[in-house]
Amino acid sequence: MLPRILDFTHALRDAGVPVAISEDLDALRALAHIPIEDKEAFRASLATTMIKTEAHRPAFDTLFDLYFGAGRGPKALEERDEADGEPGTEEEYLDDLFRALLSGDSQALRDLARRAVARFGRVESERAGSPYFEYRVFRVVDMNTMLGRLMRDMEEGLTPLEERMWRDEFEARLRKFREEVQAEVRRRLAEYKGAEQVSKHAVRPLPEDLDFVRATRDEILQLRRAIGPLARRLATRLAMKKRHARKGRLDVRRTVRASLSTGGVPFDTRFKHRTVHKPELFILCDISGSVAAFARFTLMFVHAFQAQFSRVRSFVFVDTLDEVTRLFDNEDFLVAVDRMNQEADVVWLDGHSDYGTSLDRFWKQYGNDLSRRASVLVLGDARNNYRESAAWVIKEMRKKAKRVYWLNPEPAMYWDTGDSIASEYARNADGMIEVRNLRQLEDFIARVV
Amino acid sequence: MTSYRFGTVPEVVEKLGSVDYLSDESIATVVYLADRLGKPVLVEGPAGTGKTELSKAVASILGANLIRLQCYEGLDEAKALYEWNYKKQLLRIQAEQGREMSWEDVETNIFTEDFLLERPLLAALRATEPTVLLIDEIDKVDFEFEGLLLELLSDFQVSIPEMGTVVATKIPMVFLTSNNSRELSEALKRRCLYLYLDYPTIERERAIVLSRVPELPETLADQIVRLVRSIRQMELKKAPSIAETLDWARTLLHLGITELDADAARTTLTVLLKFQTDVEKVAGHLQIPPRPSDN
Repeated sequence: MLPRILDFTHALRDAGVPVAISEDLDALRALAHIPIEDKEAFRASLATTMIKTEAHRPAFDTLFDLYFGAGRGPKALEERDEADGEPGTEEEYLDDLFRALLSGDSQALRDLARRAVARFGRVESERAGSPYFEYRVFRVVDMNTMLGRLMRDMEEGLTPLEERMWRDEFEARLRKFREEVQAEVRRRLAEYKGAEQVSKHAVRPLPEDLDFVRATRDEILQLRRAIGPLARRLATRLAMKKRHARKGRLDVRRTVRASLSTGGVPFDTRFKHRTVHKPELFILCDISGSVAAFARFTLMFVHAFQAQFSRVRSFVFVDTLDEVTRLFDNEDFLVAVDRMNQEADVVWLDGHSDYGTSLDRFWKQYGNDLSRRASVLVLGDARNNYRESAAWVIKEMRKKAKRVYWLNPEPAMYWDTGDSIASEYARNADGMIEVRNLRQLEDFIARVV
Repeated sequence: MTSYRFGTVPEVVEKLGSVDYLSDESIATVVYLADRLGKPVLVEGPAGTGKTELSKAVASILGANLIRLQCYEGLDEAKALYEWNYKKQLLRIQAEQGREMSWEDVETNIFTEDFLLERPLLAALRATEPTVLLIDEIDKVDFEFEGLLLELLSDFQVSIPEMGTVVATKIPMVFLTSNNSRELSEALKRRCLYLYLDYPTIERERAIVLSRVPELPETLADQIVRLVRSIRQMELKKAPSIAETLDWARTLLHLGITELDADAARTTLTVLLKFQTDVEKVAGHLQIPPRPSDN
């Protein structure tokens, strides 16, 4: 057992979960107190001693499954599959699944996931590695058809409210089933190649580390969920920093007043607080296809802690620019970001990024609104389709505003390749910063605000 | 031989259940291990998922005193650990004036038990009765204070320069709660067992609702928790907590509603949700037509 646990710890560390030696020891100590054959108690004991942030929990669960799931080799796997008995027809399987989903029996769903992988997931191939694949299963089990079938079964005099509730419920059960299938495929892969090999690729990156531009649909949902808590945490940190920074001169009057209760001895010293002016923020976002996701996340993030600024003005552009501040005024910023795409007037010519025209337009129309209390953020990859750069606007902005930063979602090594004119803008701004994920965005904002 | 408070994990589940705290195996395992290993528990999770309740429940099943330290920004040793009652000390010195006393005499006189103001942390250390210490919202304190806690929680002792070292007679059970408004230091996390209290599963929440609002019909409880789960999956400013689910259940009960339909949901949604934008969003998702008077 001990070597297995140590291997497991190593895999956790490789996946970016810091497990200290003292935590390892705590885990071993904890195991002395629980019945080790009780798998859930075993899992809970390792988790509570090794995992100290909820964000690390999915990685822990995935790896736990791999390391303590089965591990007897492909041979045992096939024997177990055979022990499951004679498989019925495809229809029969789907009927079984339908019934399990309808009743919400989670044990049955787990068994069915296992059966599905054994039955439909296998691909006969000569290559080394596991012959089981997730996509094969979902070729047979179509999630949408299944959902439709479930809903049809319910549709006897349901009110819209009830219908909605059942739909949400079934969707959750189907998601659960999909996760079970994925876990089963991973476990089987581990039987063939060993847990060590599989664990390297099995763990998905934390939401903070997901690349904005490359995120899949599921990952984008995760990202949206991560924004709120992250922004709140950052806002608290910034507020604390400000409060500490503003301790000012000794307040003589209040110190003397406070000393009266101690017989004139000034035990408590009181200080005057300096008021700190909040900056105004101008955000200019390129929302053309390639970098739209990045612009959306940055806008959401910034609006999530609007209280830090006296005012946030948002502008979006593709080949011309439009102000969208009003959308964010008293609306949910998640909705605002979605509406922005439809309502902003940003395409003038052909829908390819034109930084020159857009910057030029900003300067003519809104340039006078900039003051020493304003900070400007420009968001985009600086890929200008070989058009006029108008970098002079950035230079002028910098003269009027407090600071001008450019956030670029491309890896720095690609800057200035092809039609990117990153350095032309970077020269004129206070800095161009690579921001590819939430973590980098958080770092940047913490540093400059 | 130290005696343990709990025999097995199922025993913890059962005892917690007897004081109406419905736990599950992972919660009970953490409580059980906290006792066995003598380690504090760091409890995190969204607001209103029963973080504070857990320590109250543990105190209640152990028949222990609950000593609570509510954290806030600027909390310091004098408010959390101990303080000398300097006003009383001053009085004492003035009262002694005129009498012939050496400085040493005065000093030994005024730094004694009589002049010590005991604050929650010291109280928990010196308690002879069974004690559960709850340090609430630890994420609010400053880093310096975290350092002090670190020392206290690893050795369960503290030194008062004028009096010497105070060592805990019996290591109390310690719970720290955090709303995750900032990252706690790695060192503090390492010293603790970790428990994340998420929104409960449908089954557990239904059981909680039924145990807290026993008059509620089971079918209604079922509808309530499923609707709440639906709502929690949406992107809202504030997702409903367990406390709000309970409030909602009580509201429906008082209104004499036995079945949840669009009408009942529309009129009472504001109990569950605290932002107007959230109410609108949820109403849209659930396809509840807006209130007639709003048009």
